[in-house]
Amino acid sequence: MHEMALAESILGLVEETAAAQGVSGVGRVRAVFLDVGELSSVEPEALLFCFDAVTRGSVADGARLEIQRIPGQGWCLNCSRTVPLAALYDPCPECGRHQVQPTAGQEMRVREFELA
Amino acid sequence: MVKIEQDILAKNDGYAERNRRTLADKGIFAVNLVSSPGSGKTTLLCRTIEALKARLAIAVIEGDQQTEFDAERIRATGAPALQINTGKGCHLDAHMVGHALETLAPPDDSLLLIENVGNLVCPAAFDLGEAHKVVILSVTEGEDKPLKYPDMFRAAGLMLLSKCDLLPHLSFDTDRAIDFARRVNPGLEVIQLSSTSGEGFDAWLAWLEQGVAGARAGRRDQVEALKKRIAELEAQLAAK
Repeated sequence: MHEMALAESILGLVEETAAAQGVSGVGRVRAVFLDVGELSSVEPEALLFCFDAVTRGSVADGARLEIQRIPGQGWCLNCSRTVPLAALYDPCPECGRHQVQPTAGQEMRVREFELA
Repeated sequence: MVKIEQDILAKNDGYAERNRRTLADKGIFAVNLVSSPGSGKTTLLCRTIEALKARLAIAVIEGDQQTEFDAERIRATGAPALQINTGKGCHLDAHMVGHALETLAPPDDSLLLIENVGNLVCPAAFDLGEAHKVVILSVTEGEDKPLKYPDMFRAAGLMLLSKCDLLPHLSFDTDRAIDFARRVNPGLEVIQLSSTSGEGFDAWLAWLEQGVAGARAGRRDQVEALKKRIAELEAQLAAK
């Protein structure tokens, strides 16, 4: 259920930025764009559901949430190279060992939003 | 398009950074204990406090959805404890812990133990400003927990394999559990212990005391740097 807290944080960032831009009023934001890594602790489906719930009556009421997934990557300590990583517990696809430190795919960022 | 370019948890991370600075200024070593419900966190804390309280000042922040039960158990050891009830919430966040720090006001050079809500999912994402997350896996759980809940084992710096006195009665494969945990987090430290028999406690207590010594040294260095700066400024002033 921490997607609810994440949705509230996203709305907070949108509201703050909108207010700083002088944008106010219910439903003024048409879409919000996120980068969410495939290795991050976010479940996109749950986040979409929670976002709709928390934005009701806010500046982002009815806004579409666009989630761009960032593929996972890691640095294999054994091969000394960057390799794709689909899950935190996956082995290196080259050497099969688990000495892989994630370097990309853990992002949880709010990139921008679009006004109606 | 209006740019934001901020982490979703930017606000939490800001509060966490503030907590981290407050803790560093006071030389406090803070650990965030995370696990599933029923891994024996509170029992482990009580035994830890009993073993260290003669040598260290210790304070505890307890997170649970409801009840003061855990804080009461901790207070029975003589250590001050503050209970945070998260209500419907599934994790502690840095803002709650910041308020708890103000209320609890742990002394300089002390140990702060934060017992998070029993949950192997959500607390992984929320930095509280602690020095380390410590994940507790009890041997009465499955050894595949690190693969089922990888985020938490990835976020932790130390794993405590608890209730080890029960191993003779279980089919739990310790090596396999550690191997799974290190698949997710190759650098993870592991200590096997039991709050009932006390085995492994020496290593755990030594780990904590080393952390406390590091936090104290950090504060001492800050104070020395400030004193040096004052001396330099006084010398400059005298030369005017």
